[in-house]
Amino acid sequence: MPTRTPMEVSIAVAKAVQQADVDVIAAYPITPQTHIVEHLSELVANGELQANFMNVESEHSAISAMVGAAAAGASTFTATSSQGLALMHEILFIASSLRLPIVMVVANRALSGPISIWNDHSDIMAERDIGWIQVFCENGQEAYDSILHAFRVVRDPHVLLPMVVNIDGFNLTHVIEPIYLFDQEELGDYLPEHRQQLKLDIDHPVTMGPVGIPEVYTEAKKQVEDALVNSKQTILAAWQEFARRFGRTYAPIEAYRVEGAKILLMTMGVISRTAMGAVDRLRERGKAVGLIRCRLWRPFPLPEFREAVRQASIIAVVDRHISLGAHSGPVCQEVRSALYTLPNRPQVFGFVLGLGGRDVTVHDFFEIVELSEQYASQGPPASEYTHIGLREV
Amino acid sequence: METALDTFEKFDPQHLPEFEPLAPGHRACQGCGEVLALRLAAKALGREMIVVSATGCMEIISSAYPQTAWRVPWLHVAFENAAAVASGVEAALRIMKGKGKITRDDIPILAVAGDGGTADIGLQALSGAWERGHNFIYLCLDNEAYMNTGIQRSSLTPYGAATTTSPPGKLSIGEGHFKKDLPAIAVAHKIPYVATVNPAYYLDLMNKVKKAALIQGPAYLHAFSPCPTGWRHEGRYAVKIARLAVQTRVFPLYEVINGKYFLNRKVTKPKPVREYLKLQRRFAHLTEEDIEIIQENVNNEYDRLLRLSEEVDLETKLTTSFQQYLDQLKQQMDEAYKKLREEFQHT
Repeated sequence: MPTRTPMEVSIAVAKAVQQADVDVIAAYPITPQTHIVEHLSELVANGELQANFMNVESEHSAISAMVGAAAAGASTFTATSSQGLALMHEILFIASSLRLPIVMVVANRALSGPISIWNDHSDIMAERDIGWIQVFCENGQEAYDSILHAFRVVRDPHVLLPMVVNIDGFNLTHVIEPIYLFDQEELGDYLPEHRQQLKLDIDHPVTMGPVGIPEVYTEAKKQVEDALVNSKQTILAAWQEFARRFGRTYAPIEAYRVEGAKILLMTMGVISRTAMGAVDRLRERGKAVGLIRCRLWRPFPLPEFREAVRQASIIAVVDRHISLGAHSGPVCQEVRSALYTLPNRPQVFGFVLGLGGRDVTVHDFFEIVELSEQYASQGPPASEYTHIGLREV
Repeated sequence: METALDTFEKFDPQHLPEFEPLAPGHRACQGCGEVLALRLAAKALGREMIVVSATGCMEIISSAYPQTAWRVPWLHVAFENAAAVASGVEAALRIMKGKGKITRDDIPILAVAGDGGTADIGLQALSGAWERGHNFIYLCLDNEAYMNTGIQRSSLTPYGAATTTSPPGKLSIGEGHFKKDLPAIAVAHKIPYVATVNPAYYLDLMNKVKKAALIQGPAYLHAFSPCPTGWRHEGRYAVKIARLAVQTRVFPLYEVINGKYFLNRKVTKPKPVREYLKLQRRFAHLTEEDIEIIQENVNNEYDRLLRLSEEVDLETKLTTSFQQYLDQLKQQMDEAYKKLREEFQHT
């Protein structure tokens, strides 16, 4: 019988990486991802994971080494956060354009300045267009499962793209939860062996990363876009197979108590659990409120999203990032543009909260629902989005 | 000396390898000294190797899709990370060999970057790779400026040189600093092999690349790479200028093996630096006084290298004479012991 063991989520993530039998791990320490690679380095030091653990001198070199290792045909993993992810920025595009199956955990954390080690989504939202597959996790079990999914997806010969698994910093990485871990036998052949066709092979020499003259650059970019969009089939198949074998189901857009809901909250990551609590209490009070959570962020699951919001008249989108100078947060922008061409689209109101580790409570969601109803009946707010919990300064 | 070097066999000028990993038909400028150095280095390593290239002239000229001048596996990622990428490749090959996923891990890896990609933006990644001790050859093709973007100064641009971002003017001599000493920085990392190479001395260059491949751990090669476009000299003078750089002591050829300096070519009767400078229009604005400053710096640098290599010579002499003394002593003792034993037997 499966047993659930209390465990820090970072440790569970490291266990999943161990079970994926990676070859090369490169990391530079940055809070709050450190526990993941600390545990991995222990596994390597104790001979429990046969991998090359590279203590590199920066995140820039971590991702560069991953690109080199993946190009040589190795199975690779790295983890970072915040400034570290920003330092990787340049190479992230190159990793996807070279079609290299790298798996990375981003322990989401605010970006400077002011410097903040605490959780929000500004690091990954600044990397929205890097061409990597991106998912967001809500709890420890999902984080563990998502790493296994990620290795299955990137190893699929039809995908050949890198993948980010987003795990909220501290609020998930450092939380101890009861997590069910698979035995290696139980996992069976869910994870395929890592085999790469195109690699740096002296018997079959290839030129990787050539100059893209104007005559070919557009087409090269389009191919990455096509690969990313088409990867959705493999992602969905990986989740279906997981559900069939192990009984836990995942979807690109997850719905909670959406039956007959006129108002839909839309969240990503760990605050979705708080939002569920708010939905439960609002339902008790007779309000037709539901929650949808965006799990698959890239490629954005447009048909699934449109289907999920078909019945709603109001969508309250919660962003944990300020898109400076834009008219709303990045998720809200995505949602609005996804609905724009529909004839009977719901009203969309954007909210920004929980920046730089500010607590997010059920009361924040009560406020969001209340404001949304108010905007719907009395006209939209002067500002295109609303800050929740912003103190007057 | 490194034991791997005991088996070292020099290239025979009559029987050089025929295989050219860098094929003809690339897009380098006429008279490019850099592509010559790269071609010779690649030739020395042969068919079984992996090349990692930084952004720069040699990347642009050799890889414009849908063509490639590379007959061996070649990877370009970005400007500043050739050393980090190469260390990733090396780490991957090593562990995959350990796990039985591949059969070979002794494939030489050649990381290539220009002076900007090495001494400026790429120095951190290079330092990290050296510190971690990855087994690859790093070749810096030093053409003394950012030639690929249009002749902007780098930290390896020599004192007095005119570039588009260090132009001479009423208040400027051109580049106002002396070159950063990259080989010395490499030596400070205590890596097993550091050497300077020059395409005008092609056998020396190829042999050093071969040695670098033999030695386990990081190897650094600093290649003098004349650039007709950036140095404003005629294409036909590239090799002449490269040779003059050695003959005038501007670019001495030396090796540093496990921290010990060996001056490969002692220039006893140096030509004046003026002869080297006058062929290049980037130095055309210099006055006699400016040239004097450069000459003095060249003298000092050469003397420093000479002292460092003489220390090795001295050490060798001392070790040899001490060994001779020990041998003598041992012989005397053996004789004395023999005599004693004989006397003992008689009594």
